[in-house]
Amino acid sequence: MSMFSGFQFRKISTPIHNLDPRIKFIFVIVIFAVAIMFNEFLVLVVLFFAHIPIVLVAKVQREWIRSMRGAAFLATIIFVTNLVFSYIYGGYQLAPWILENAIALTLRFVVLVESFSIFFLTTSPDHLGLALEQSHIPYEFCFAFTTAVRFVPVLAEEAQTIMDAQKARGLELEKGNFLKRIRNYIPILIPLIVSAIRRSLELAEAMESKAWGAIKKRTNLYELKVRKGDYILITLTIVMLIIAVYVRLYLSIPSLTSLISH
Amino acid sequence: MIETKDVYFTYPNGVEALKGVSLLINDGEFVAIMGQNGAGKTTLVKHFNGLLKPTKGEVLVDSINTRETSVAKLARNVGFVFQNPDHQLFCESVEEEIAFGLRNFGFEESLIKKRVDWALNLLDLTKYRQTSPFLLSGGERKRVALASVLAWDPKTVVLDEPTIGQDHRQKEKLRQFIVQLNTQGKTVVVVTHDVEFVAESNPRVVLMSEGKIVADGLAEKILTDEALLTKASIVPPQISQIFLQLSDLGFPANIIDVYQARDVLLKRLEARRK
Ligand SMILES: Nc1ncnc2c1ncn2[C@@H]1O[C@H](COP(=O)(O)OP(=O)(O)OP(=O)(O)O)[C@@H](O)[C@H]1O
Ligand SMILES: [Mg+2]
Repeated sequence: MSMFSGFQFRKISTPIHNLDPRIKFIFVIVIFAVAIMFNEFLVLVVLFFAHIPIVLVAKVQREWIRSMRGAAFLATIIFVTNLVFSYIYGGYQLAPWILENAIALTLRFVVLVESFSIFFLTTSPDHLGLALEQSHIPYEFCFAFTTAVRFVPVLAEEAQTIMDAQKARGLELEKGNFLKRIRNYIPILIPLIVSAIRRSLELAEAMESKAWGAIKKRTNLYELKVRKGDYILITLTIVMLIIAVYVRLYLSIPSLTSLISH
Repeated sequence: MIETKDVYFTYPNGVEALKGVSLLINDGEFVAIMGQNGAGKTTLVKHFNGLLKPTKGEVLVDSINTRETSVAKLARNVGFVFQNPDHQLFCESVEEEIAFGLRNFGFEESLIKKRVDWALNLLDLTKYRQTSPFLLSGGERKRVALASVLAWDPKTVVLDEPTIGQDHRQKEKLRQFIVQLNTQGKTVVVVTHDVEFVAESNPRVVLMSEGKIVADGLAEKILTDEALLTKASIVPPQISQIFLQLSDLGFPANIIDVYQARDVLLKRLEARRK
């Protein structure tokens, strides 16, 4: 569950936090696109490390490390699956490129988690809602989205409590083989889901009793403005996208294996 | 025996919840931990079965350092009942729910059956044996949670706010039950805000405030110390409020329990009559 804590927003003011969420979101999408476009190890490594200055400026290194640690489990699964399948596919031969390929695909996942985690770590749910509204998305969707985001930390905290409660009854999550370990999470998932459903029903009732949707035209106290930092970021993003597309179309990226063997 | 030695604990988000707590709980003691919201009570008791490990200092459970063992091993001796039963119920039937812990601790199937019967009977749940825990009322779910922990007969039982959301009758039953557990030799630690509940059982009271222990003593002493209680934002039980105000008439000031009060008043009336 520590993967969730990588998405927990903490209210502080840094250049990254003050960026317009719309621009930041475009940045994340572009990172996504680039990560999907390439499956070369070298590019993905660069993408991975390119996030580190952002993390440092935003002062979220502790949370970032935690989210990376949280992603480690899934990353391992991805790595092992890729390794096993390309091993079988490649005719039961363990060539270095198989290893490199598996690492690259794992890195791709890590980069995706990384950029999403940074986005959520530095964007307050309220700003996110505002951003959606100002993009003329119907308010119902904005509301559903912000609520979902807002409840992630609540759910994470609840998951932690449930885990404690079950451990206190002798549950050992790390015990047993792979399948058994997955099954170990049932005593945690069921109470979590039950309470999430119960909470959503309560929320619906609370909203109804506060006359949600009574007035069609809503006004906002705050408005988002695009500032200097945002222009810089969008420019960087566009440049990055152009370079990525150019490289993809016209250049070939050497693999680490070929570089070493030369 | 549970001993904390100058324990400090800081949550990952930087909140320092415990600031130097030293406490010794002997076998067979009945301890109530009280104090305002956020005082660090839950944080402290989560150290007793190793769910939390001190940032500084150490916690010894039966002379074993909690850092050097696992929650599962500690939990065998220190049963912990969480405040909200919904955080742990997940099985299809009450019976399965109670067996869960026993299976985790590797009890034999025949023994599990016996212990489940025993726990169901103990908490008056036998008729719900096959019922889904999700269909029970709040108070009943709380009892299932309690049964699921008592089933493996831990030496120490820690209860976090056991009386919340219980009606008066259930609360009284629960109180008698807890007292009974203690008289049968179990160490009982209760975290609670309920002064009347504490007053009626007269345990040792450990009063916490802002991550520290500010007082430690018998309930009748702590619950009648007005200055202390104000600091810990606790209102004394009504009986002791009356007796505190009557103290200049020569009434003892350390009365917290209705029966005690009745005896004192009767004695005084008797003396008058003569
Ligand atoms: N999981 C957590 N992460 C971060 N901080 C926490 C966490 N749990 C508790 N805290 C903080 O630690 C402090 C002590 O909390 P704790 O839950 O121990 O208090 P408590 O005495 O049990 O209060 P209550 O009477 O409300 O149950 C509080 O300031 C609280 O905000
Ligand atoms: Mg608490």
